Parts: sequence; C-alpha cells; structure tokens
Amino acid sequence: MNKHIKDVMPETTDLSRRSFLVGTAATGLVLGYAGVPGIESASAAAPANFEPSVWYAISPDGLVTVTCGKADMGQHIASTMAQIVAEELGAKWSDMRVNLASNDPKFNDPVLGAQITGGSWSTMMNFEAMSRAGAAGRMALTEGAAAAMGVPAGELVVRESMISHPKSKKQMSFADVVKSGKATKTFTPDELKAIKLKTPDQYTMIGVSVPQLDIPAKTNGTAKYGIDVMLPGMAYGAVVTPPVRFGATVKSVDDSAAKKVPGFIKAVTLDDKTGTTSGWVVAVASTYANAKKAAQALKIAYDGGPNAKLSSQSLLDEAKRLQALEDSGQFFVKDGDPNAAFGSAAKVVEAEYTTSINIHAPMEPMNATAEFKGDILHIYSGNQFATRSGAIAAGAAGIDPKFVVMHQMWLGGGFGRRLDADMMIPAVQAAKAVGKPVKVIYTRENDMTMDFSRPLTYQKVKAGVDGDGKLTALSHDVVSAWPTARWGIPDFLTPSVDKKGPLDSFTVNGADFFYTVPNHYVRAIKNELAHNATPSGQLRSVAPGWTFWAVESMIDEIAAATGKDPAQFRISLLDGAGKNDGGAQRLRNTLLAAMGLAGYGSRKLPKGEGMGVACVSSQERASASWTACVAHVAVAPSGEVTVKKLTVATDVGTQVHPDNIRAQVEGAALWGLSLAMYEKATLKDGGIEQANFDSYTPLRMSQVPEVAVAVIANGEKATGVGEPAVTVVAPAIGNAIFNASGARVRALPITAEAVKASMKA
Amino acid sequence: MPTLTINGRSMSVDAANDTPLLWAIREQLQMTGTKFGCGAGLCGACTVHVNGEAVRSCQTMVGDVAGKKITTIEGLSAKGDHPLQKAWVAEQVPQCGYCQSGQIMQAASLLSKNPNPTKEEVVAHMDGNLCRCMTYSRIQKAIMRAASEMRTASASGNERRPT
Repeated sequence: MNKHIKDVMPETTDLSRRSFLVGTAATGLVLGYAGVPGIESASAAAPANFEPSVWYAISPDGLVTVTCGKADMGQHIASTMAQIVAEELGAKWSDMRVNLASNDPKFNDPVLGAQITGGSWSTMMNFEAMSRAGAAGRMALTEGAAAAMGVPAGELVVRESMISHPKSKKQMSFADVVKSGKATKTFTPDELKAIKLKTPDQYTMIGVSVPQLDIPAKTNGTAKYGIDVMLPGMAYGAVVTPPVRFGATVKSVDDSAAKKVPGFIKAVTLDDKTGTTSGWVVAVASTYANAKKAAQALKIAYDGGPNAKLSSQSLLDEAKRLQALEDSGQFFVKDGDPNAAFGSAAKVVEAEYTTSINIHAPMEPMNATAEFKGDILHIYSGNQFATRSGAIAAGAAGIDPKFVVMHQMWLGGGFGRRLDADMMIPAVQAAKAVGKPVKVIYTRENDMTMDFSRPLTYQKVKAGVDGDGKLTALSHDVVSAWPTARWGIPDFLTPSVDKKGPLDSFTVNGADFFYTVPNHYVRAIKNELAHNATPSGQLRSVAPGWTFWAVESMIDEIAAATGKDPAQFRISLLDGAGKNDGGAQRLRNTLLAAMGLAGYGSRKLPKGEGMGVACVSSQERASASWTACVAHVAVAPSGEVTVKKLTVATDVGTQVHPDNIRAQVEGAALWGLSLAMYEKATLKDGGIEQANFDSYTPLRMSQVPEVAVAVIANGEKATGVGEPAVTVVAPAIGNAIFNASGARVRALPITAEAVKASMKA
Repeated sequence: MPTLTINGRSMSVDAANDTPLLWAIREQLQMTGTKFGCGAGLCGACTVHVNGEAVRSCQTMVGDVAGKKITTIEGLSAKGDHPLQKAWVAEQVPQCGYCQSGQIMQAASLLSKNPNPTKEEVVAHMDGNLCRCMTYSRIQKAIMRAASEMRTASASGNERRPT
C-alpha cells in the first residue's frame, strides 16, 4: 500500500503533531513561521478571540471562522469542514464562516501530514480531527460558562451557539463566554484523543443539507479566485509557450516589435531549474491586454528538443512494444500464477484497451501572482498542493521554501490540475526580473497545450475461465506515463511486489479490485517516452479512470464469452473471500441498488437499446468507496450512440451533506460521460493539437442525459465522493453499447466509427 | 480615453479602443465578477449585457461599446437579489462557481425576453456556456424557478396596480 495513506485509520492518526487547544491566548498560535521575520499569519487572531484549535476561532461577536486546509475547487470542502466542526461544537449554522488556510504547516492534513487536496480523501481523513476540535471547543466553552454562571458544567446544555442551564434558566451565548474570557481549558493530545464524540444518532448537523457557505459569493461576482488578485503596482505577464509540450529550449528572443507595444516592460526567458517547464518566455506589461499583444509580437526561435517528432501513435507504439517485453515493468499485484492457469483454462479471453490524452481544462485558466516583500515571496494562486507548490515556487526564486507564503484562493475548478505549480514559475521569475508584483495568466491555448494531462494509456488484459465458467486467472498490464512519479516524493510511490523498486500506483489503482480471482497479476509499465513527451498529471480519479475501463469491459467480455448475465457474473465474483471481505459485499450491494433503480433486467427495451453495468471501488483499496452504474443507451445503425440515462448508486458510509454528495456524484458521472464520449486530445510533432474549446470539447448542456443518483448511507465511516463516479460511466456505456448492438468498443473516447466497425465485425 | 457606461455609471478607462471589454472591466474598473475563460467566445464565462443583449466581453472591443449600456454581474441587481441569483442559491447551483457569473448573465438575457421558456429554449440559449463542474441540471432548474418567480411577481404586481 502507498505510504501516504498508511495512517488512514483514524486510530493511528498522529494527533501529537497537531497544535490543538491552547486556550484564549493568541500569542504562540502562529506556529511554523515563528522564526521568519515579516510574516503576519492570515489567521493570527485578535487577542480577544477564542481560538480553541488551529482549525477555528470564535470572535467576541460569536462568529465561528473555520480555517480550511483543503483546496476548495467546488466540492464545498470548506463548508463541509465547518459543518463537521459545528456538529460537535454546537454552533448555529448561520454563525459559521470559512477562511482558506495559508501554507503554514500547522494547517497540514492530520492524516497526510501535508497540504494536498485530492483522492476524495478530505472528508474521510479530516472528519475525526474536525470533530475533536469542535468537541474540545464545546467543552472549553461549557466550562467557561459554568464558571461564569456558578453552576456545574455537567448540567449545561449546548445548542445553536447557546449554553443554557435548564434548572436555573440561566444562559450564555458563545459570544458571551468568549467576551467573559473564561474559556481557558486546554487539552493535551491524549485528552483530545479521549474525548467521546457524538454517535450518529445524536447528530443534528451531519446529514443535513445546510446552505453551502461559499455559494452566495459565487452568484454575485464577489468570490475571489486566483485570477482576481490585485496588488498595488502590479504588472501582468502573458506566457509564450513553445510548439512542443516538453523538451524545447529557447534559442533566441527578438523583442524589437514587442517594444513598440504600449506598456511593455520586459520579456523574461524562464530559467526553470525545477524542471517543470521548458522553453517558456513571459512578456511583462502594464496590463494583461498589453502583455498579450507583446507576447504575440515576440519572435522566438526554438530548439524543439528530443520530443519534437513524437505523436500519439508513436506513444502508443512504444506502449505496445513495452508490454510485449516479458521483463518490463513491476508487479503491483502478484497472486497465484495466471500463466499456469491459462494453460489449463477451458477458455481464454484477451483484449487491448486504450484511453486517449485528456486535458483538465478547468474554467479558470492557470494563473499565479508573485510578490517579493523583503525576504518573503508571496504567492497568490488557487492550488491543491501548497506543500509541494511552495517548494517549486521557492525553486523558481532560488530561495528556501520556508520563505514562501502561499495565499490560498477559491479555485475555479481543480480536478487535479492545480496539484501542479507550473503557473507560479513565470510569475516568480517575472516578478524578480521587473521588481514588481506580477500576475501571470495563461491563455486558454497555454492552458490546454501545457496541461499535465491524463496520460495516453494502453492496457492488455488476459482472462482464463475454467470448465465451470469460473474466472480463475487474470493478467493485466498497464502501460502509461507515470503522473505521480513525476513529483519525486518517495512516500507517494508504492513498493513493487516483485521487489523491482517503487512503482507509481496512481497508474494501476483499481486494478487491485475486490473481485475474487485466485490467479491475478497486475503489471505497471512506465512508458518513458510518453512520460518525457507528455508530462502527465492527476485527472479527477486518476488511475481508476482507465483501469476500470479495462477491468469492467473485460468482465463483460468474459460474461459474454461464457453466456452469463454480466451483472450476475459480477455478483458471483464479489464473494467477499479473504482480503476482499467487507469491500466486496459493499460493492455487490451498491451494484444491486443501481440495478434496482434502473430496472436492469426487468424493463423490456426496444431494439437498438441496451443497458450495461459497471461497478468500481476507486480510489486506493485503503480509501475505497463503492460505486455502480447502469447506463442505458440507444445505438443507431450508423454507430451513433445516444446515452439516454445514467443510474449511479454510491455507498458513502456516512453522509455529511446529502445534497452536496448528489451534486458531486452527478458532476463526476457527467465527467465520466464527457471523457467516454466527447474529450480527446492528440499529440502531433511533440505538441498537443487541441488548444481551445472548439477542438477539445467537454460536455455541454444539450448533451446531458437523465442522471439518477442513489446514495447509500449505511453508517460506515464517511468516504469521498468527488471522484468515483467518474470511473464507472465509460465501462457502463461500453457494456450497454454491446448489449444494444453487439459492438464491443475498447478505445476511449467512444466514436460512432468504432461502434459501426465493431458491429460489422 | 474611452468612456464606458457600466452598471449605470459613466467611467473612463485607460485602455486602447481595441482592448477587449473583458480586460477593461476586470483590470481598469477592478470588477472581477466577469471571468476570463477562453478568449475566443467559446465558453461564455465572460458574458455581460450590452444594451440588454448577452455578449461575450472577450470578443467585444472597448471602442465598440462607447455610449452603450453595459451591465455586469455586479450590476445585475442592487443587492445580488435578482430572481436568478436567488434561484441559484435556492438550487445550490455553483460548485467551483467560476462560470456562474456568465451563466447568470446569459440566463438573464433569456428571461428578459421570454418569461416562460421551455426546457428546449433554455438549453438552446445556454448551450454556449460551459460548466466544467457539470452543474447543468441545476442551472436549468434554477432558470425555471426564477422564471416562475418572476411571472408570479409580475402577475401579483398587476393585481395590485390601481385601476
């Protein structure tokens, strides 16, 4: 298992690292940067505030401001953190406010030990810490109120930001207690751990769809994103990127025409020692419009570098070559001996599956604002990985990372794209070069052609079935660029089973499914050529976005080859044997829920229509959640596919905010549809060919089918919901197409041509 | 220096006539509710009204709108309480929220002309506005809710009118 989630179980969470509960004194709370001059922490509280934990403060007017250490990119995680705190604290929802954390390490994730947002991890990994913080605050306020009222703390009732003593009818608001200065109780980490939290039957806030705190500002133009940052005396930077995605160098820059653009300040050729960008120049001017004009006027000569002739086809050819080698790659799963089992199998089914390059394309193009103030570099940018991005910004500036302050903003979409810090490099180096704060904004063309994309993938799956139709062996090779290996952080890699060194499990997660298959190999093969030519990133759900495309299509292919109903075949494989106990049963139940809701097998469909199922356990096994989909499609004789309905069931354990779960699951399912049918990027001459929304075409309103969502809340621990529904949709559609038309598609995105060709075959 | 009439106020901007209106609004006037998305009129994030029509401000030059009435998200209502804005909150539409100013401005231009749109008319009018979080079904619901509330309000307004 990956080391970065070794502490996923709350009982092993290292609470001693948290700087909880130091009473009302604000001094000493600004941790982490104490030795750095010139830093005012965004969260430094006024002395009269009650700040029972790094995670929130209560001001004398009773407002509770929760500081969210997670990037909020539309999943409303800041509001969710406030909701979990409010449950145990006993605060009124209308008193809750949110604040986005700086990169001060005191705001690190309590489980991950860093500031990183992804993996649908946030709720599951922060639920306990936020609950304990809230409970501790309630206890401190209660003791303070007891002292002020002169009654035993045990007789007090806390509700809706009010502490009351029913016997004497005395009461104090949170504001009264904070103003009294009597909330002074502190907790050691052990005391904190010993707090008895509410049981689900006592919840009054968890499970309620409270109004999201960030939404009003997102309807009137006042929500501030990175692109909205304005600093006094700021200049603007427009980036000129080379025609090659990675590996080009700048030979010369002629700025004679740019100098005629009004407001032009300077053209800065990046010297990127972090290895994040290659061959970039930033044109700096007084306004962004002028910077863009100057950028267009620059005449830049490039050396295209080693990748300048590569295409999607060459990356795919290389993937096939690597897969055919017996000794390539490393094993992620190595159970039994599939090769021996194939020899004795009654039937062997083999297939290749591919996915294309995909672009994140959040609506807010990448941007960052950099300002040097004394020794400190301030970065303003919505970012998902402050810990690493701060270090990259420091690398671009040539300073120690401890001198970088990251100012978090609302993210205009993330989807994994803002785990990277490339946008900070031109901002930092331009700010350094011109001696002013600089805001760099990518054009959409920069944003698309320089995306850290979902990599092109090639997978080969071979399955063996015995005489009883039982799946006895599965061998699964996954060839791709390695998105997470690119980070160079050992904890995010996974030791290989065959001890051939660490592998990037973010290319194979999901392939270690919950089906019982006695002989099972999963081999992770790094496509070095693709890795260098198309530096890849984490796109919403990462590996399960392609591994389940292969696994869930193959399961249907095996079912078809052995004359079984594909849903019943899955249920038989989800027997919960051995290591699959628990997870397999939850996934089976989720599949059954989706089948029931969709009318799978009970509804008669017209000719040319069909339903297909898929079920997935993304993300890592250790942080898995359970999602199933029934897709209902119509396939025309031309091969044209119409998705009529997607029915998605998901087991989330505990619902914090039911309406938000539905919003996330629906958005994720539509992402899955968009990736399955509409989004394709291609590499030609080393460059991404699609540069704007005319050629890279995410789902639009007219393409939205009916989506039905069933949420299963069975009282297990809260799981993540932002990603899993992305991965389940493509295989469900592929399987539905087969059931509707007999055509088997094995390449994403699905095209009418591919469907038609397979119908004939 | 061109003068723009924006949200009912007259403001001069330090920008050449060929500057996209989007950047004049955002940088010179520091009204950042109008968003940059694609720079090519393909996504709708920068939608504002010019004389009541929804236009893409990234494709509209400052020199072409002098003397015309420009409305941005900041000027759609006095207190952020246009029926569409209220409906957007009621339906909890935004996720990341970045495209939503443009969505609301695009929807407002529909409802000002067609107070009772069909679902098909809504889709046809909104199809140029991308939402990468895929909040499309909630956008549709919010538009229908706002339309219904606007019709109710104008109907009750008629009833109360003295004869």
